[in-house]
Amino acid sequence: MPITKTLRAIGSRSVNAVWRIGYASRFFVMTLFYSGPSFKRFRLIVKEMFSSGVMSLIIILVAGMFVGMVLGLQGFETLKRYGSESALGSLVALSLVRELGPVLAALLFASRAGSAMTAEIGLMKATEQISAMEMMAVNPIARVVAPRFWAGVISMPLLAALFSAMGVFGGYVVGVVLIGVDEGSFWSQMQASVDFQHDVLNGVIKSFVFGLAVTAIALFEGYDAPPTAEGVSGATTRTVVQSSLAILMLDFILTAFMFRGD
Amino acid sequence: MPALQCVADPQVTAPLVEIRDVNFAYDNRPILKGINMSIPKGKLVAIMGLSGCGKTTILRHIGGVLKPTGGSVKVDGQVMHELDHHGLYAMRRKMGMLFQFGALFTDMTVFDNVAFQMREHTDLPEEVIRDLVMMKLHAVGLRGTHNLMPAELSGGMARRVALARTIALDPMLIMYDEPFAGLDPISLTVVGELIRKLNDALGATSIVVTHDVQESLKIVDYVYFVADGAIIAEGTADDIRASGEAFVKQFVHGEMDGPIPFHYPGGDYRQDLGVHV
Repeated sequence: MPITKTLRAIGSRSVNAVWRIGYASRFFVMTLFYSGPSFKRFRLIVKEMFSSGVMSLIIILVAGMFVGMVLGLQGFETLKRYGSESALGSLVALSLVRELGPVLAALLFASRAGSAMTAEIGLMKATEQISAMEMMAVNPIARVVAPRFWAGVISMPLLAALFSAMGVFGGYVVGVVLIGVDEGSFWSQMQASVDFQHDVLNGVIKSFVFGLAVTAIALFEGYDAPPTAEGVSGATTRTVVQSSLAILMLDFILTAFMFRGD
Repeated sequence: MPALQCVADPQVTAPLVEIRDVNFAYDNRPILKGINMSIPKGKLVAIMGLSGCGKTTILRHIGGVLKPTGGSVKVDGQVMHELDHHGLYAMRRKMGMLFQFGALFTDMTVFDNVAFQMREHTDLPEEVIRDLVMMKLHAVGLRGTHNLMPAELSGGMARRVALARTIALDPMLIMYDEPFAGLDPISLTVVGELIRKLNDALGATSIVVTHDVQESLKIVDYVYFVADGAIIAEGTADDIRASGEAFVKQFVHGEMDGPIPFHYPGGDYRQDLGVHV
């Protein structure tokens, strides 16, 4: 019976999805539970911050620069129509600090560092390094997962801040140096319109939440990957897709709460 | 089961590992069926059989990675599946396991790989760890590789470094999962000799899971033959060589046809070729 078959398939998929959510939640709780030893040996987190954070710097800085330059160009074209070119600094800074900085930096972080984390842990599993660790009485969640998790969570806001700073510089280069917007009004308008708590802090909170989501997804997918070449490649793809969707969804939710009534 | 003479009499030496009536199944598919083994302290015992017969599953039970669906596995008097997380980890600190392809940590140097357990489980100062690591690497003949990364080692060298890492904390029980797989003849002999010498020098007990008959029969004290999840023969190397049991004979002498047929069961040959007579 095709209807029975379809219902069975839907039921099976639903059960699998619920099971996977439960397994992922347990994994996340275990990661938090075993985070204590990671902080006691902070050098493990620092080592992972180098891999996920420092190694992502180039892509973050270059992308930030270009996004800022595009904002400068587009913003100038739009503001010119209303005779408000002097507000270019505000437009560039607010767009970056509130929205584009955290979101684009997180998307780049997911593609560059998240996928690398998944592939690394998936391959560690496939080559029995995780099993070897367990047989040596070393908990892989405490030794491998937790340091990477906190490295990602700490790195993400720093990368987003650098992305925004580079973007502002890009906007300045295009707006002030190339187009000729008044430098004084560019910086003063920016200073007047950007509120530390309302804009900067909310941007930091956003990037912190994105970092948490991306790193948790990347680590879970790596740890749960079937120990085959196909399994690891599939997990890496899932990391990028799920992280990107999670970032955009969380961005909407956070924005709705943070900037309502503005 | 054809009973072969047991020279390594478990009564003479107290068993370190005792496996009693162990059954295990994955999703109702039986993998182990009533396994009984007694591995005395200080002995080097091989578990042989075809790929997929359940050899590695036995090792995983001894290491407490899997829980039996029936029976028990005792190591040093402790029932492995009854231990809690801390008890299990405490027991594993007394064990070492060499994985099939070494399972070296690819982001660490050879030195850091060998030092890994010392740093994780002891408070030894770095100078002492350095000396110990050098001694372990010297024991496997690879002291000169301490600065290399695992990717820079050959398969045989990686296996020897993994062996040095396995004995880092002088374990009472060393388990080897297919230690001879994919090695050239020289590396094969080196690894085989090292397994025997390290077992005797450390006063450890070793279990080697392998299907390399010739190399393992040269070094082991006792052999268990596993087929289809059950022990079908056991005895010393000489007993195994002289065994008349059909499967053991085919396995030891590498015969093409026997209880394990050359042809995988299939339909009628003529029909598959489309020949109609």
